[in-house]
Amino acid sequence: MAALTPSQRQEYWSRTSRLMWIIMALWFFFSFVVHLFAVQLNNIQFLGFPLGFYMAAQGSLIAFVVLCFWNAIAQNKIDKEFGVAED
Amino acid sequence: MATSTRSSNAFVSNLGKIYGGYAGGFIGFVIILAILEQMGVPNKIIGYAFVFLTIAVYAYIGILSRTMELSEYYVAGRVVPPFFNGMATGADWMSAASFISMAGGLYLTGHAGLGYVLGWTGGYVLVGVLLAPYLRKFGQFTVPDFLGVRYEGNTARLCGVVVLFCASFTYIVSQCFGIGIITSRFLGIPFEIAIFVGLIGILVCSMLGGMRAVTWTQVAQYIILIIAYLTPVVWLSTQLYGLPIPELTYGQALRDITALEPKLGVVKPHVGAYLGAKGEFSWNEFHNFWALVLCLMVGTASLPHILMRYFTTPNVRDARTSVGWSIFFIFLLYFTAPAYAAFAKLEVYRNVIGQQIASLPAWVQNWSQVGGLLTIKDGNNDGILQLGEFIINQDIIVLSMPEIAGLPYVISGLVAAGGLAAALSTADGLLLAIANALSHDVYYKMIDPKASTVRRLTVARVILVGVAIIAAAVAGTRPAGIIQMVAWAFSLAAAGLFVPLVLGIWWKRTTAAGAIAGMIAGFGLCLFYLIGTRYFDMPLWFGIRNISSALFGLPVAFIVTIVVSLMTRAPSREMQEFVDSIRVPKGELAWAKGAVHE
Repeated sequence: MAALTPSQRQEYWSRTSRLMWIIMALWFFFSFVVHLFAVQLNNIQFLGFPLGFYMAAQGSLIAFVVLCFWNAIAQNKIDKEFGVAED
Repeated sequence: MATSTRSSNAFVSNLGKIYGGYAGGFIGFVIILAILEQMGVPNKIIGYAFVFLTIAVYAYIGILSRTMELSEYYVAGRVVPPFFNGMATGADWMSAASFISMAGGLYLTGHAGLGYVLGWTGGYVLVGVLLAPYLRKFGQFTVPDFLGVRYEGNTARLCGVVVLFCASFTYIVSQCFGIGIITSRFLGIPFEIAIFVGLIGILVCSMLGGMRAVTWTQVAQYIILIIAYLTPVVWLSTQLYGLPIPELTYGQALRDITALEPKLGVVKPHVGAYLGAKGEFSWNEFHNFWALVLCLMVGTASLPHILMRYFTTPNVRDARTSVGWSIFFIFLLYFTAPAYAAFAKLEVYRNVIGQQIASLPAWVQNWSQVGGLLTIKDGNNDGILQLGEFIINQDIIVLSMPEIAGLPYVISGLVAAGGLAAALSTADGLLLAIANALSHDVYYKMIDPKASTVRRLTVARVILVGVAIIAAAVAGTRPAGIIQMVAWAFSLAAAGLFVPLVLGIWWKRTTAAGAIAGMIAGFGLCLFYLIGTRYFDMPLWFGIRNISSALFGLPVAFIVTIVVSLMTRAPSREMQEFVDSIRVPKGELAWAKGAVHE
């Protein structure tokens, strides 16, 4: 076990959990909420695409890629702060 | 032993150079074939060259990577850098369904098909946040290993193996089916024989070197499949709109399609969202879209052949980054697929529909011969092809598009090689997941814990070959379409494995009894719905199609796991400390008493 006191460990996990919930919320938004409005969004043109179609074909996908890298970077930062990052 | 480690280190530090040279070599090979085609070399030879030469390359890598070490065989020695693990995961992930069928599905169903595009990318967020880093820290060989340790015993392990087997086997059958279609068309041999030719292609990659061989062939296969997928679309984009970025130009193609639709009598516009059969808004379509997206995403985070790729990185940090690279490499293909579909549809609307049937080009004839996947029937006997008279199966749209659009045959060969790479790489990953579960979890952990390394690796290989042959034989009976079988696999995995894995890490209170009950209930319900609706004419529940069976299994798994866990005694203090040690990247694992580990 890395040298974390129980309270540090708790703090570490609550920070990790908070990051998890933030990313899960954004994931839910781009996976489901946006597409609730696909019919309405299709009336808007974006880069020459109907926006509802665009979000499902490209927009949400770009968001997923960003979320994955962001998660890695943010979690690494937390690990370093608590001194539990691997050497 | 020492020399093999040293040479593998040299190999890992030179990966960029090696695969860069390989990609260049492949492009050179395509150019040479293109020149040969112009000089009059027949199409058949070009098809053979693509199929056999690429398989030869995979076999070469497979043989070079042979190993007799356990950690090399099961987890590629845990030396795979995140960037390359991302590529390997991309190939592992993108199967015949992504490469061959997805754009075809988009072609046929328009917006509804985007459910697959979304569902097969968003799941990586779940993998990266909820599972991959923790499973890497756990650091054993298989996914059932985790269940066996966390839920203290072989019952949970066995449940995991059963779910893994059902999901992965359904999946691998669909891949053999795809391999059969490609080899049959491009080698001109019957489908049933073609499957077994493809089988050799699968086995040469995985049998001798296990995960190590599969990893390095998958990287090679990713490079071929992405070049193959992008080339025809970039070509068509340039031809039609003068810009080689199809992801930007197909907005125009969508507008052109929308303009042509009323003239051809299409009732369901391509870009329209949630449309019923008559082009009206349909709540049922809306529900099914959501259900499919959810099941595919959760299934992504439950499929063992994907999760085990993150066992191969050097550390936890790299496992996280590797998820980012994985989805990036997958994204490259997925955000191009709708463009592929749009260009194919535009070509068909403009240059195929309304033509004299007698004067249709040779590709129609060629494709009509591959097991009824393309039919042209002059319903009103006017000699002209109407939209309703042109019935094309979604599994051949991508493969036939270069010919439909009149591109040189070398592009068709290239696409075939790409489709083959996609199907072979996924089949290998799945085969290894199944064989490892049977040899490691069932044979070694349950039947003969004293087995020697040589014996364990021999058993692993015998099982691998056996499973491959059975899968190919089942595929020969053509049980269903590729994409349907794959979606079933996702639902089965999602209902059976997601809950015990995620709660095992994120909720310390999860007990062995809870997890086992949840797995049985969730997976059982999912399987019941799937089999009932598919084979026994059971009516659909709330109109949800059986490709999204996990919609019912998943919540049941959650509820049963939580309720039973709360009713049983909390896990021991040692087990809770073990979970704590998984949650932190640095430091040793605090193994609970009695846990057997490597």
